[in-house]
Amino acid sequence: MRKRPEPGLLTVKTKGNGMLSFSREIGKNRVLYLMMLPSLAFFAIFAYAPLVGLYYAFINFNFIGGLFGSPFVGLKNFEFLFFGGAHAVVWRLTLNTVLYNLAFIFIGNGLQCFTAIILNDIRGRIYKRTTQSIMLLPYFVSFVIVGAIAYSIFNFELGSLNSVLKVFGIKPVNVYMLPSVWKYILVFFNTWKGLGYGTIIYLAAIMGIDREMYEASELDGCNIFQQIRYITLPLLKPTFIMLVLFSLGGIMRGQFDLFYQLIGNNGILFNATDILDTYIYRSLVINFNVSTGTAAGLYQSLFGFAAVMIVNAIIRKINKENALF
Amino acid sequence: MSKVKDKIFSARSVFDGFGYFYLTLIGLLCLIPFLLVLAGSFTANQVIIQYGYSIIPRELSLDAYKAIFLFPEKIISAYEVSILVTTTGTVVGVFFMSMAGYALQRKELKYANKISFFIYFTTLFNCGLIPWYLLIVGLGMKDTLLALIVPSLESAFSILLIRNFMRSVPESIIESAKIDGAGDFFIFRRIVIPLSTPVIATVGLFLALQYWNDWYSTSLFVPTSSKWPLQYLLYKTISAQFVALSAAAASYFRKGTMPTESVKLATAVVTTGPIILLYPFLQKYFVRGITIGAVKG
Repeated sequence: MRKRPEPGLLTVKTKGNGMLSFSREIGKNRVLYLMMLPSLAFFAIFAYAPLVGLYYAFINFNFIGGLFGSPFVGLKNFEFLFFGGAHAVVWRLTLNTVLYNLAFIFIGNGLQCFTAIILNDIRGRIYKRTTQSIMLLPYFVSFVIVGAIAYSIFNFELGSLNSVLKVFGIKPVNVYMLPSVWKYILVFFNTWKGLGYGTIIYLAAIMGIDREMYEASELDGCNIFQQIRYITLPLLKPTFIMLVLFSLGGIMRGQFDLFYQLIGNNGILFNATDILDTYIYRSLVINFNVSTGTAAGLYQSLFGFAAVMIVNAIIRKINKENALF
Repeated sequence: MSKVKDKIFSARSVFDGFGYFYLTLIGLLCLIPFLLVLAGSFTANQVIIQYGYSIIPRELSLDAYKAIFLFPEKIISAYEVSILVTTTGTVVGVFFMSMAGYALQRKELKYANKISFFIYFTTLFNCGLIPWYLLIVGLGMKDTLLALIVPSLESAFSILLIRNFMRSVPESIIESAKIDGAGDFFIFRRIVIPLSTPVIATVGLFLALQYWNDWYSTSLFVPTSSKWPLQYLLYKTISAQFVALSAAAASYFRKGTMPTESVKLATAVVTTGPIILLYPFLQKYFVRGITIGAVKG
C-alpha cells in the first residue's frame, strides 16, 4: 500500500482529546464520510452483524429458543463433525475441497499460460481475435447453462454421449451413477469455463514483455521455440507464481455453483464430489441443521483465513510489492 | 546466414501448424457444447426421446419454440425480474462503491486506512452461509426481490479497485477545483467520475454479469415462482422440477405431444440467446476489464 503523505497545511493537528479530534475530523470532512456511509452500512450489516450468528455453532439450535434461548453445548457440534463416527464428514469434505481446488488451480493456470503463449505468437489478427472471443464465451454464461450442457451430454436416456456410444455398439453408461468419473468432468468444466478469462490475464502479461528482447534474439538466430523457452517462460514465471498463490489463498472456498449445478443433491456421488460448500448448503436448505452447518462454516472460514495468512506471508517474502497486506 | 533463416522459418511453420491445430481444437471445445444445446432445442421431441440428443438434429422441429412463444407468460415475467434486478443492483451498487472508492483515496481523510481495512477484512474472514442467511431472513427480505439485490450490491475488491484507480487522478485538478469552491460531491461527480470511466465500466459490467447469472440467491430466498429471474427458472426447468410453460400450453398440445425435452433446451436458448447476441459488443469491454482487474487491487 502506498504511504500517505502528511496531511496538508489546512489540517490542524489535535492531540490528546480523542473524542474531540474524532468529531472534528468527521465534521471537517462530513461530505466524504457521508459518501462512504452506504458502503460502511452495507459491510456492517451484511458482513459484520452476522458474525454474531457464529454463536449458532456452539448451541443446539431450536426454533423456539432461537439464537440466545437454545441450549449451549460448547464444542459438541465440532466434535460431531470431526469425530462423530459415520457423521464425521469434515475430513472427507476438507480433502475433496482442497484436492479439487488444487486440480482447478494448477491445471487451469497451466493451460491458460500455454494458450496465452500460443495465442500471442500465432499469426492472423482475425483468427486470433475470433478464437479469443470464443474462448471467453463459457465465462460469460451462467453455471445453470453449464448444468444444462452437462445434462444434454450425460443424461442416461437422452444424453448425446450415450447416443454416440450406441452408434459404436457400446453399452450406454449412466454417468450419474459413476462417482469415479466426476473428478474429470468437474475439472474439465471448471477449466473450460475459466480458460478464456485466465488466458487474457496471461496474454496481458506477455504483452508487457519488452519487444526489443524478441527482436534482439531474432537477430541472434533464435527460433520461436527458443524465444518461448528463454524469454517468454522465464518472464511469465512471476505472474504464474503470483496468480497460483492468490488462488491458493482461496483453497478452502469451493466452487459451489459448479458442483451444485452439475451434481445437485445426487447422494450417490457425494463421496467423490461433496465439498464443504455443498454440505453447508444442504444442511441449511434440506436438513435445516443450523448448528452443525454453522460449525462447518466457521471451520471453513478459520481454515481459509489461515490459508490467506500463510500465502500472504510467502508473497511478502518473494516480493513485498505484491503482498495483499 | 540463409541457413539460420531457414531454420527459423521451419520452426515457425511447426509452431504455426501446432498453434492453429491447438487453438482450433480449443475453440471447438468451447463452441460445441452450445451447439449441442441449440441443436437439441430444434429437434423433434419424439426423436430426442427415441434416439437422444445429437449435434445434427435428425428431424427439425419448432415445437419447443412454438410452445414457448405461444405461452410466454412465465418467461416474460422472469425476463422482467432479471432486468429489474440487474439494472437496479448494478446502478445502485456502482454508485455506492464509487462514492466509497473516491472518499477512501482522499488524502485529508484521517481514518481512510482504518476504513479500508474494515472493508478489506470482510474478504479475509466471514461468517459463513448460515448466519448470513438467517440475518437476511431476519431483516424481512425473504421472498422479496430485495433479497436478490441488496446482499450482493457491494464487494470489497471492487471498492479497492476503484479507490486505486482514482488515485491516478491528478491531485492538482482536485486542488484547483477546491480553490474554485467546488464541494467534494461536485468534484466526485464532475471531475473524478468522468476520469475514471474505465474502472467504473469494468466494475459495472462484472456486477451486471453477476446479477444476471445469479440463481443462488433465488434458491435461498425466493420460493414464489412469479418472482424468479431467468436463471432460476431455467434451472428448475432443466432439473424437471418445474414446467416453464403455463397450463394453457399443456392443453394446447394434445396429450403426450407436449415437447417436454426440447422445451428444456429451448428455454436455455431463449434465456441465454439475447445475452449471447450482446456478447460480441460487450466482449472487448470484458477483455479490457479483465486486464484492469488483474492489476493488483
